[in-house]
Amino acid sequence: MDIWNIAEYAAWGISGVLVLWMIADMVRVGAEYDEALLLSSREGADELLEQSSATGERT
Amino acid sequence: MTTTTAGAAAKGGERINLLKVLGPAHIWGLGVGIVLVGEYMGWNFSVGKGGALASLIACWVIGLLYTCVAMIDSEVTSTVAAAGGQYAQAKHIIGPLMAFNVALYLVMAYTMLEAGNAFVAGDLMKTVAGQLGHENLDSRPFVFLVIAFLAWLNYRGVFMTLTFNFIITAIAFVAIVVLFVTTSPWVPGVAVAHKEFLTGLPYGWIGVIAALQFGMWYYLGIEGTCQAAEECRSAGRSIPLGTITGMVTLIIAASLTWYVAAGLMPWEYLGQAYTPLYDAATIYGNTPLQVFLFIGTLFSTLASANGCINDASRAWFSMGRDRYMPQWFGAVHPRYRTPFRAIVFLIPIALVAAYKLPLDGVITFSILAGLLGYTFMSFNVVRFRKQWPLGTIKRGYIHPFHPLPAVVLFILCIAVYFATFLGYADYLISILVFFIIASFWFAWHRYKFVRRGDQFTMPWPRPKGL
Repeated sequence: MDIWNIAEYAAWGISGVLVLWMIADMVRVGAEYDEALLLSSREGADELLEQSSATGERT
Repeated sequence: MTTTTAGAAAKGGERINLLKVLGPAHIWGLGVGIVLVGEYMGWNFSVGKGGALASLIACWVIGLLYTCVAMIDSEVTSTVAAAGGQYAQAKHIIGPLMAFNVALYLVMAYTMLEAGNAFVAGDLMKTVAGQLGHENLDSRPFVFLVIAFLAWLNYRGVFMTLTFNFIITAIAFVAIVVLFVTTSPWVPGVAVAHKEFLTGLPYGWIGVIAALQFGMWYYLGIEGTCQAAEECRSAGRSIPLGTITGMVTLIIAASLTWYVAAGLMPWEYLGQAYTPLYDAATIYGNTPLQVFLFIGTLFSTLASANGCINDASRAWFSMGRDRYMPQWFGAVHPRYRTPFRAIVFLIPIALVAAYKLPLDGVITFSILAGLLGYTFMSFNVVRFRKQWPLGTIKRGYIHPFHPLPAVVLFILCIAVYFATFLGYADYLISILVFFIIASFWFAWHRYKFVRRGDQFTMPWPRPKGL
């Protein structure tokens, strides 16, 4: 086994760890936070804020 | 934060939005980063279609197409500063079905390009291992590593992702300039020999038309800058500045690339080379230059894949947010403030494309999806100016000579469709069939889940004529 074979195994291993980390974090966030909060982002939030302050409304 | 407090916060009006941290340099890094790999490889297939001069003509003609794209996109995006870019534009200006199609063009164009880049990065590793005496290196783990690492970077935050992109893109661009300067192009005959290698148009003017398809590689993806609009500190300033300077950078890089490569290699070889700039450095016989060009090639593939992950995930996220796709994809990470579910969802799709599809097929799908998007932009901007004339809404940038850029863009798109039809008619037909089926699915099945009033978010006045 030369350095290139080791590099192949290392690449598989690191990739696997990174993907598993993302999946684990995604599951953790889903369990820990309310779904309504995670889905609360709004498109063009700045523009809406600008308009609402001009009209005195709350967004 | 616990579930209960978070839920209460959401009900109490607290929202998690994408983080607004990007400036013009990040936008430049995103746009040029996606594209620059096209100067390192791919553009030269246009030489194979019609000779070196045909490739130069394609470089300029397609440069004009993309200049129109950059100008139009900058104006519309400076008013619709939303993730999803052209998707959000289509939603507000044309309508939901067009928006759905545009989002699919975007996701397909960027995911396929990401897969192609990962494939090339893996293949580069294999080439280097071969040159160092290790034959038959398995490139698959390196393809996986590229996709997994860049997805992880994107997952962890947009500022770090695009700062990384800016740095590696700048290095890849400097490598092209260093190659140009080192070959002393101002002294013909020392290294470059255009008199010897330029042989006119071997296939006549039809070769020039055919070259337009691969001429797209010089600039493909620059319009991706507007996907970051929602994450800019000032979209009205950053998007036009980053996109236009990016376009200037690419025209310079494309011209330098063509000049050096066409002066060092005969068109018959150049037209089928996989890594023409690296080959140019090898032919010149300067080892440090060769190493620098290898680094440039690798960095350009990484930058492109990185930018593609950023853009494809924003388009998919935006569709989830508007319920064009399951709303679950519209989530923002509470800590990193990224569209984390969209990023993770697209990983296996990119992997399958990289492992299972042929490289030229992946790239042709990407080009065609991009081209469909550009065709949309040409009539989108005409409708935009008609419904909201100058002065009715705030614009960060106003493109000149309207409607000339839209007309030129439309005509050039038709020419490139024809060029693609000459070489890849089956791909062109299959992608059109795919979008027709997807449109029926959206109109008859998916649209009933969309909250129609919620999707139009821009505080614009009522459009003229409606």
